[in-house]
Amino acid sequence: MLTILFDGIAYGMLLFILACGLTITLGLMNFINLAHGAFAMTGGYVTVVMMNRFGISFYWCLPAAFLASAILGGVLEATLYRRLYHASHLDQVIFSVGLVFMSVAAADYLMGGQQQLIQLPPELSGRTEFVGVGIGRYRLFTIVVCAILVVTFQLILAKTRFGSRLRAAVDDRRVAMGLGINVPAVFALTFAFGSGLAGLGGAMGAEILGLDPNFPLKFMIYFLIVVAVGGTSTVSGPFLAALLLGVADVAGKYHVPAIGPFVIYGLMIIMLILRPAGLFARGGR
Amino acid sequence: MSLPVQESVQTGAEEQHVDQSRAHRLMQRRTTVRSFEILIWLGALATVYLLPSKMLILTEIAILALFAVSLDLVLGFAGIVSLGHAAFFGLGAYTAGLFARYVTAEPVAGLLVAGAAAGLLGYATSFLILRGSDLTRLMTTLGIALMMAEAANQMAWLTGGADGLSGFSIDPIFGLVPFDLWGRNGFIYYLVVLFLSTLVARRLAFSPFGLSLKAIKSNPVRAALVGVPVRRRLITTYTVAAVMAGFAGALLTHTTSFVSPDVLAFHRSADVLLVLAIGGTGYLYGGIFGAIGFTLLKDALSVVTPQYWMFWIGLLLVILVLVGRARLTRWVDDLGERLPGLRGTNR
Repeated sequence: MLTILFDGIAYGMLLFILACGLTITLGLMNFINLAHGAFAMTGGYVTVVMMNRFGISFYWCLPAAFLASAILGGVLEATLYRRLYHASHLDQVIFSVGLVFMSVAAADYLMGGQQQLIQLPPELSGRTEFVGVGIGRYRLFTIVVCAILVVTFQLILAKTRFGSRLRAAVDDRRVAMGLGINVPAVFALTFAFGSGLAGLGGAMGAEILGLDPNFPLKFMIYFLIVVAVGGTSTVSGPFLAALLLGVADVAGKYHVPAIGPFVIYGLMIIMLILRPAGLFARGGR
Repeated sequence: MSLPVQESVQTGAEEQHVDQSRAHRLMQRRTTVRSFEILIWLGALATVYLLPSKMLILTEIAILALFAVSLDLVLGFAGIVSLGHAAFFGLGAYTAGLFARYVTAEPVAGLLVAGAAAGLLGYATSFLILRGSDLTRLMTTLGIALMMAEAANQMAWLTGGADGLSGFSIDPIFGLVPFDLWGRNGFIYYLVVLFLSTLVARRLAFSPFGLSLKAIKSNPVRAALVGVPVRRRLITTYTVAAVMAGFAGALLTHTTSFVSPDVLAFHRSADVLLVLAIGGTGYLYGGIFGAIGFTLLKDALSVVTPQYWMFWIGLLLVILVLVGRARLTRWVDDLGERLPGLRGTNR
């Protein structure tokens, strides 16, 4: 029971790292980016290539995955995404589905369609008994890394100048621009950062979530659930939503494998009807 | 003394009359049968004789076109962005398959039953999409489609699970016209269904009902203030579209005599959205043009790169959006302006 809870938390942490870039894209620019999973997949493949072809240590692969996805995200933001901020939602959906299709086919072409495996360093594989609870070491590692990232992220948002600019821009874009905040630059940076986080999540998740060319399609709905349930106005909202989703998904798959997905999608739909602005949305709207 | 009064009454009536006829003319211009519409259907009919060897791909186009016209009702007219339209398509396909297996293999009965089943689901789920923003609707529709796909996968005793539903063959249409080997009779049957469905959609879209949908699409709150029953309109439209998508699914089952779980897959919802992206939304024929374009393109690409055609479709979509989809379909309006369409005689 506790093992499931633990695995669920690790899974949820991972989902949060993967999805929090999307939170910002949706919250700040009101852009429905279904291609967010493609950045995560990029990070995953960077790790696989570096580890399996060049034998580079797993620990070096993680920052590399972050950088690669962040650069990709930054470039795409500057060249493509930026033009579509004011397009209709339908256009954004079509555009990002097109990107997903391209990324899926490109990954298939470059890496082949099979599931990619990575060999974790020995100190991260296996299980440890801790107070009678079996704990996967890699899951523990995931939780620790993700927790550090979440705290850092929250501190950046709450304490730094950049963070307050970002929050101002999320709250009211026009007023923020009127105050002299360079909203497009803030957004470009944040987009790249979010893509990088997704890449990092993809790299760490290669072991837990699996990695194949269909990754962006398979996890699209999960990212969307995290954002829609958590709302886009806080960091803690999506974080709690991701944890909930992770635990519910792992527990559902373990206890009631036949109806697990129904529980999640059903809960999502009910939630969306009752609280369209997100479970943890601030009052008002 | 009485003369001026009479006069003023008369002019008032005349003004009213003029107003009425203006509204009337406006409606008539919308319902006018345009020449290109007749050309499309004549062309479709002509392919039966001109391209007898291409019946299979034409069948594919007809089914996709019906599916796309149905989504256009929801998307182009009611303005609901749906990522889960395959739910209705898949339910139609499975219903038609089960009906053929357990009740009767007569296709028209199967078609109607499948349409009814999809319509019921559409009616039931329409209440979920009444509220919320584009994102909420997108996710609700996507969630419903995913649940349907999962249900089909889990209920293996009924649907065959991942292996698909087989073990039935389709009888001749009305017990008279058999499906031949080249798919010619089948294609004519699909064309008739497509034609009738489009006719219904057309009647719906270019009527006062359609105008009220247009109002809802541009601003639901104002539409409600003017007195448009927003909820009822959306529910009706969604249900009708679901029935049509169910028809399309049933037609697919009748073509292949097999239902694979693929009918409910996400890519089917995405594909049909792409069809409308190519053909354009909101003028009803976008689905048909888009289906032709999409299927031919997919066919050509899968000959060149069997495995990676998805990449080029994706690239096309990205470019399409960046260039601006509206430019692609502007010619339809231009055409309508330039060519005086044929007058509808019956209204």
